[in-house]
Order: sequence, then C-alpha cells, then structure tokens
Amino acid sequence: MSLIENKVNDFVVRFANVNGTGSASANFLFTKAIFRMGIPVTPKNIFPSNIQGLPTWYEVRISEKGYLGRREGIDFVVSVNPQSMLNDVQSVKAGGYFLYDSSKKLHDQYIRQDINYIGIPLMLMCNEAYTDPRQRQLFKNIVYVGALAALFEIEFDVLEELLGEQFKGKEKLIPANVKALKLGADYIYANFKYPLDIRVERRNLIGNSIMIDGNSACGLGAVYAGATVAAWYPITPSTSVVEAYNAYAEEFRVNKITGKKNFAIIQAEDELSAIGMVIGASWNGARSFTASSGPGLSLMNELLGLAYFAEIPTVLIDVQRTGPSTGMPTRTQQSDILEAAYASHGDTKHVLLFPSNPKECFDLTVDAFDLAEYLQTPVIMLTDLDLGMNDHISEPFEWDDKREYNRGKILDAAALDNIVKFGRYLDVDNDGIAYRTYPGTHPTKGSFFTRGTSRDEYATYSEDSGAYKRNVDRLIKKWNTAKDIVPAPQVYQDKNKSEYGILFFGTSQCSAEEAIDLLNQKKIIVDAIRIKSFPFNKTVQDFIDSHEKVFVIEQNRDAQMKSLLLIELVANHQKLISVLNYDGMPITAENIFNQITNQILSLKSSPLKEEANGKKNKQNSITN
Amino acid sequence: MSYTRPKFRHPELIKNKLGYTVDYYEGALSTLCAGCGHDSISAGIIQACYELSIEPHRLAKLSGIGCSSKSPAYVLSNSHGFNSVHGRMPSVATGANLANKDLIYLGVSGDGDTASIGMGQFVHVIRRNLNMLYIVMNNGCYGLTKGQDSATADQGSKNKTGNINLFEAIDLASLSLELGATFVAQSFSGDKTQLVPLIKAGLKHPGFAFINVISPCVTFNNNVGSTKSYDFVREHIAATSTIDFVPEMTEITAKYDEGTTKKVKMHDGSFISLNKLSQDWDPLDRLSAVTAIHNARAKNEILTGLLYVNPDCNDLHQMLRTCDKPLNTLLKSDLCPGASMLNEINADLR
Ligand SMILES: Cc1ncc(C[n+]2csc(CCOP(=O)(O)OP(=O)(O)O)c2C)c(N)n1
Ligand code: SF4
Ligand SMILES: [Mg+2]
Repeated sequence: MSLIENKVNDFVVRFANVNGTGSASANFLFTKAIFRMGIPVTPKNIFPSNIQGLPTWYEVRISEKGYLGRREGIDFVVSVNPQSMLNDVQSVKAGGYFLYDSSKKLHDQYIRQDINYIGIPLMLMCNEAYTDPRQRQLFKNIVYVGALAALFEIEFDVLEELLGEQFKGKEKLIPANVKALKLGADYIYANFKYPLDIRVERRNLIGNSIMIDGNSACGLGAVYAGATVAAWYPITPSTSVVEAYNAYAEEFRVNKITGKKNFAIIQAEDELSAIGMVIGASWNGARSFTASSGPGLSLMNELLGLAYFAEIPTVLIDVQRTGPSTGMPTRTQQSDILEAAYASHGDTKHVLLFPSNPKECFDLTVDAFDLAEYLQTPVIMLTDLDLGMNDHISEPFEWDDKREYNRGKILDAAALDNIVKFGRYLDVDNDGIAYRTYPGTHPTKGSFFTRGTSRDEYATYSEDSGAYKRNVDRLIKKWNTAKDIVPAPQVYQDKNKSEYGILFFGTSQCSAEEAIDLLNQKKIIVDAIRIKSFPFNKTVQDFIDSHEKVFVIEQNRDAQMKSLLLIELVANHQKLISVLNYDGMPITAENIFNQITNQILSLKSSPLKEEANGKKNKQNSITN
Repeated sequence: MSYTRPKFRHPELIKNKLGYTVDYYEGALSTLCAGCGHDSISAGIIQACYELSIEPHRLAKLSGIGCSSKSPAYVLSNSHGFNSVHGRMPSVATGANLANKDLIYLGVSGDGDTASIGMGQFVHVIRRNLNMLYIVMNNGCYGLTKGQDSATADQGSKNKTGNINLFEAIDLASLSLELGATFVAQSFSGDKTQLVPLIKAGLKHPGFAFINVISPCVTFNNNVGSTKSYDFVREHIAATSTIDFVPEMTEITAKYDEGTTKKVKMHDGSFISLNKLSQDWDPLDRLSAVTAIHNARAKNEILTGLLYVNPDCNDLHQMLRTCDKPLNTLLKSDLCPGASMLNEINADLR
C-alpha cells in the first residue's frame, strides 16, 4: 500500500536509538556503505546532552541529486527505542515505513493505517544467536543494518568490506558481525517483499570525495598549520577538535625513538585560562590555538580584547551551539556571530572565518594561523555543531608542499642590528601592521613591554590622547588591510541575472544551494553569494549594491549576520530580508524556499516592482 | 608621560661574570609611591639577576594588573615583558613557557591579583609545576584601586579608613604547600639580605617557585592596626633560617655549624645553604613546613625564609614529554606531515 512513488536514491531514513547502546558505529556502517556505492548521502546526529539512556536519532538523507542539507519528511524509521516510539511512529511520512523490534507485540497506540510496518524480532534473534549480554545488545544494531541492506539493496560485499576495515587487526570479530548482518537480511528475505520502492542503486557520483566531520578536519588543519600549543576546556560540540588534533599529533609529531613530542596540549582549568595560554604561547612565537563554544567564548572576552589591543596572534575555533546561556548544548545554531565579531569591551573587532564543509574546515584552520600571525590579531573561526560533529561528504584535503607558513612581520637579531630604533607599534609599511619580536631574540634591541594599556609607537606606557588615538586609528588601518587578505566570498554567477540576491554562509550552504534549484523550478531566479570571512571585502558590498533585495539566510533568531552587514557596510536595512532558522535543527531547503517565496509574494503585492524597475530610493513596508 | 633614569653611575661598579654592572639590570623609573614595598622587591630582583649573571633578554617577565603588576616595567629593560590582565598572568606564563622552555620566567603578581580574581589560575599553575618564579607582592590590600581589603588581609586588622576586616585571611604560603608547590618561600620587602638569595634560588629552581613577599603599601595600608605595615611586620617576623645561595662550582668557604646547616643541591650544581634557626623544621619535608607555618601563626608571627623545596621535581615540559628544542623553534619540516601523507589520510576517509 505504498503511497510513495518509486524512489531510487532519494529518501530519508531516521534511526531512533538509545544513547550509549553502540548504535553509532552500526549507523555509520549504513551511511558509509551508501557512500561507497557512489551515492551522495548525509547523516545528522540528533542527540541529547546526556551520556546514556536518553533518545538519540541519526538521520540519513540519500540524494541522487547531491543535495546534502537536511530534509524534512522521513520515509523510513528504524525504531529501537521504546521511549520515543510514539513520536517516531508519528514522524513517518504517509506511505513510509516503520521498522521495529517485534519481539513484543506492538501496542495499538503505535498503529497507523497510512504507513507500513516491518517487524523484526531483534531481541529474540540476538538472544538466540549470542550468549554474552553485551553482544546481544550490540548485535541488535548490526542485525537491523543487515535487514536494511536487504530492503534497500545495499551491496553486501560493500558492508563486508567495511567491516573488514573497521576490525583491521581484530579480525576475530568479523565473522560474528557478518553473521548478524546475514541474520537481519535473511529475516527480510523470508518474511517481506523486497526490495522496497525506496532503495539504493550504485552510482558514480562521489568522485574522489571523502567523508569526515568538520572538527576532525579542524584538528588535522592545526597539525598541518604547524600549531604546537593547544589549550582548551571541554565543551560540546568543540571537544573533538582538540581530540582530533591530539590524535593526529600523536601520529605525526612524536619522535619514534625518544617518544618526545613536537607539541603540547593542556586541558586548562577554564576557558579564560585556555585563551590566556594561547596568547602567551603566540606572544612567545609558537603557533597556538584553542577550541570552544558559546559559553567559552563569553568567558574569553576580556582576554580577546587584550590580544586585539596588544596585537597578539590568537586562533580560536568556535563550534557554535544553540544559545543563549547553556541553551540546547547539543543542537546547532549560528548565533555567536555578533559576540565573536565584537568580543570584549571598548572598540574591538575580530577577524571571523566561516567554513561550510570539512575541506574548508581544514583550509581555513591553516589560513587562520597565517592570518592571525600576519595581522597580529585574534582570528575566530565560526563553525557549528552540524558541521563539527556530523560526517559530511567533502572534497579531499589538499596540501601544497611548497606552501610556507606566513609567520608575519617578525624581526630577528640580524634585522634588529640593522635598524636604529625599534618601534613595536610603528607603522613602517603604512598598512597598519607593525613589526614584532619574540622574547629572547637580541641582548639589547627589540625588547618591549606588551600590555593592554595605551602606549606610544615605541611601546612606552602613555596616557597621551594623541598617542592613544594614533594607535587605535592604526588598528583600523590594519583592519582595512585585512579586508583584502581574508578569504573572498564565493560568488555563484559571473553576471547578475536577477534583482534578487541570496546571501548565506557556513552550514546553510547545502540547503541554500538546493533552495536555489527549487526556486528555479518555480521560475524564480536568484543570484547568490557565500560569505567566508569578516571583515567583509568589497565584493559583498557590490553584491548588495547590485540587487534590489538580498535575502540573508542564517541560523539564529536575531538576524546577526544581517546586523553585521548593516553595521559594517552601506545598505538600507529594508533591502536585506532575513531568512531565519533557529530551532536547533539544521536549516532545510524547503524552509528557505518557503520563506523566500512568501517574501517575494508579499513584495510583489507591494510597490517593489516599480523599485525593481529602476526607481531608486523608495521606502516600502517590507521588513523581516 | 615617560620616565628615564639619570644615566650617571659610579665608575667603579663591580661587573658580574657577563661583564655587566648592576645598572644593566634596571628598568624604567618606578611610578609607584615613594616608600612602596614593591619597589624594594624590584630592587631585590635586579640584584638577584645581576648576581646570577642572567642575560636579561633570556628572561621574560609577566604580570597581571595592580601596582605590583606594574613593577616588571621597573626591572630588566632588556627583557620582554607582558603586563596581561587582572588575575590571568599564570595562564599567559604557561603558554609562554610551553612555547619556549629555554627562557627564564618571572611572574609578578599582587595579593588581589593572585588570592582573589586569579585564585583559580594560581592554583592550577602550581599543579602543573610550571618552571617559573612566581612572586606575590603582598600588601593585604588593593593598592591600585585605592586600598580596599584583599583576601590576604588578616581577620580583625584595620585598614586606613578604619574598617576592620571581618574575614579569615587566605595564607598563600600554606595554600601553595598544600597544593604541592615544589618551592615555597616567604619574605619581607624590607629584608633584602634574606630576599635576594631567595629570589636567586627561586629563579634556579627547576619547577614552580613561589615567594610570598610581605610588601607594605605606604599609602593605603601602613597604618596602626594593619598587619601588613612596616612596623607590624618588623615586630612579628620570625625566620626559619638564614639563607645563602651558592652558585655552581663555588667553593664553600663559610663555616657552618654542622647540626644547623642544610645544603640543598640544585639540578645545575648550585646550592642553597640554609642555616637553620629552628630545629624542628626541615626544608625538604613538606609536613614540617606546614606545621612550622601553623605554629608561627598561632604565635602571631610571620615565618619567613625558604619553607620548602623539592629540587628533584619534574616540570610541566617533563610531564608532557615535549621535545628538547623549544617548540617555537620548530620548522615546517618538523611539524607538517606533508602532501603525500595527506593523500593517505584522504584514502582512509573514502
Ligand atoms: C577584571 C578587572 N576587574 C577589576 C580591575 C580593577 N583593579 C585593578 S588593580 C586591582 C587590584 C589590585 O590589587 P593587587 O593585586 O593586590 O595589587 P596592588 O595594587 O595591591 O599591588 C583591581 C581590582 C581590573 N583591572 N580588571
Ligand atoms: S598605592 Fe600602595 S601599593 Fe600602590 S604604589 Fe602606592 S604604596 Fe605601592
Ligand atoms: Mg595588593
């Protein structure tokens, strides 16, 4: 009684699990198998702020067209969590499927007439096949993967190959896992019609892409960037950044003979201390970084201001989560933008980077160190939980062995010998960036007193208004220099095709690109730009100038990116229309599409048309 | 406003091993109040570095915020300095030390900077046994914000405005002993004879060296009733020992009475020589130091001198097993796994 049309490589599966029952690796096996079959796939973890016992979901979207954002509408639920079962039954699309553990009879309240039920006695099967209680629990997960393989026609060879890789060195474990897969598949073969109308078919759409989470990519980027000091304080969703850095550094940075390490990691007592350590290490000439999330960023404010004013390179990776306060610590958001841009009291602004995928997490982490050292200022990378903690299909990482680290303007002993008088804050090159020295460089030249108080060009404490103003004005000059150095936005068209533009950044990319296609299908053409950094370079201003309306897509309540654009660029606030999503779930294309079409409809019923036709400077009543 | 010191110096100043006279170790002219205890401690730092023949540029001086934290500017003008933010010097010093293990690290803080806003960082820098000398210039008040009580002000003591402090004082020396500090000393800004050898020993100690120096604030806390005033301290001071720091390879000429002299060998071959005044205390025994402080406090005395030292400790770098070269000298070739390795990583992720 399927109501769903034949859907090859285009559906969403949701696994409803219990936290801490070993479902994660089974679910990943499912995703990776589809990836190996050359089909675009994107998984999202939806998990509670809890270690064991609460519901977790793992949502997998399979998309022949390569749409890798989240999609609403679940075609298939794998239900192994009685606690959330009622909601899980409700979450299935009409005509969809509900796979459950039929060891016990399904209660009437879970019965819907418009969906299909696939009951597998997972518990009974595992109790029969295994004796160890832990195995009984773990293999339930593998059994349902086997069943899914039969239902969706996932290639068995691929699953076996993946198990072989997973248990490399522990080959003993492979047969038991394969047995569990077969148990599940055989049960389907014996009891159900297979394959389903929703199924997968091998393609060659992945190319040489890789699958990895953003946090691991950041950690790897820090190793490649030559970071030697990492200081951090645990916080979801950033913790795995430093864990990945640690793992890669243990692999590549330990002397095989002496066991000594070319890196140091400190789990600090709090985020104030973590950022303080980064500042101290960077001041002393080591590449150093920390990773945190919103609450940590809040704590770091005072020291970020110090780094800005004392001009010390500082790399901070902020993996954003849902605020304010503790908010929803295991849900995603892009809501630290204003906090990060202007962190700390007084006139401060910081360079921000917005990666959209793991490849960019890697590249922009490396860039962050170059930028921080070249500009001698904090660089805050704003990723988020969705990017950081979920696996994503990504272009492979690239490294050019010819790439040198840009350590910025540093004077060594020989250079110091060649200058008459060293001025730490002297704008020698007229770009706002002065030369610095590392402690210990020269017996009599180049030493200075670093401080967060006002000083003159020679780093001498000064409360002279003129000296103060010259200094902060030079910092703005440096800021303007940064505009041409920070990564440029991605502009989607050579020439504008529309009066409408859409602007987005970070993890909204996939859904925004899909929304553009959806709009095109409705004959609505939009131009697009993806921001990768702050300060905004001129391209962003040009994009806004050359469109009548710009939809700003972001994942927070207060339209923070729109605010930042309005503060830092010249734009009429009615020109920028917000498309917002802030419920903690990654934004979907459908959501973007709906918000934009609704806005356009109301624009059309307002005097916009005239304006779009070239008459400038007219106010209309559209706001967000 | 900037201050310069008159350049004239006596021509016959004695040179140290490096050929520097003591004025080479001076900094900018102090802007603290005349008579401030902090300035005497700065003079002690200058003297100690001169006597130890330290290359000033191989020492980094760090501080938080306060009158005390300003004082690194008044010593060693050829050293890099870092006046960070209130209470956060320990973290900045930790990062700096991790980046370059070859420099000497001198941290200067106040009692407000350490015992209140910076207590968390102070506690944790001790735990990590960071190789540094940490001096608290302890005046029992917040000098820079005009004299409020600090957490080290003694209970019942009276500040300049006549306020009586209601709260129990935090004793930084016992606290650091309790936390496992590997070098703990206490002194008085007015006792240069004791202070200079303590600073020298602290600079040479291969881990975290802590010196709590009572340093009267003449402007806000030198009144009758204050337990951090010159008069009170002079009347209530009790020393554990007289102390001498003997550099490596120096013949010991002074004669000590065997029973009362203790020589502590430092890792580089130098000695701290302690002429003990009290029989029931041993500088290598943490427990006896704790007891001695408590006993002194019960007698309303301030116990000074080297209270405890463990010269055979492992510092943070040893615990973390960092490489021998300073991390800030490593090059791309030491750090970057390179393109072919990245291709292997990519392959594993397919
Ligand atoms: C975050 C912050 N809070 C408050 C202050 C104001 N403040 C400056 S110095 C100081 C107290 C300093 O006392 P102490 O460390 O004992 O130094 P002293 O001046 O007594 O030598 C305070 C509270 C500050 N600079 N930063
Ligand atoms: S106020 Fe007190 S602590 Fe500050 S400089 Fe004056 S005497 Fe020293
Ligand atoms: Mg004080």
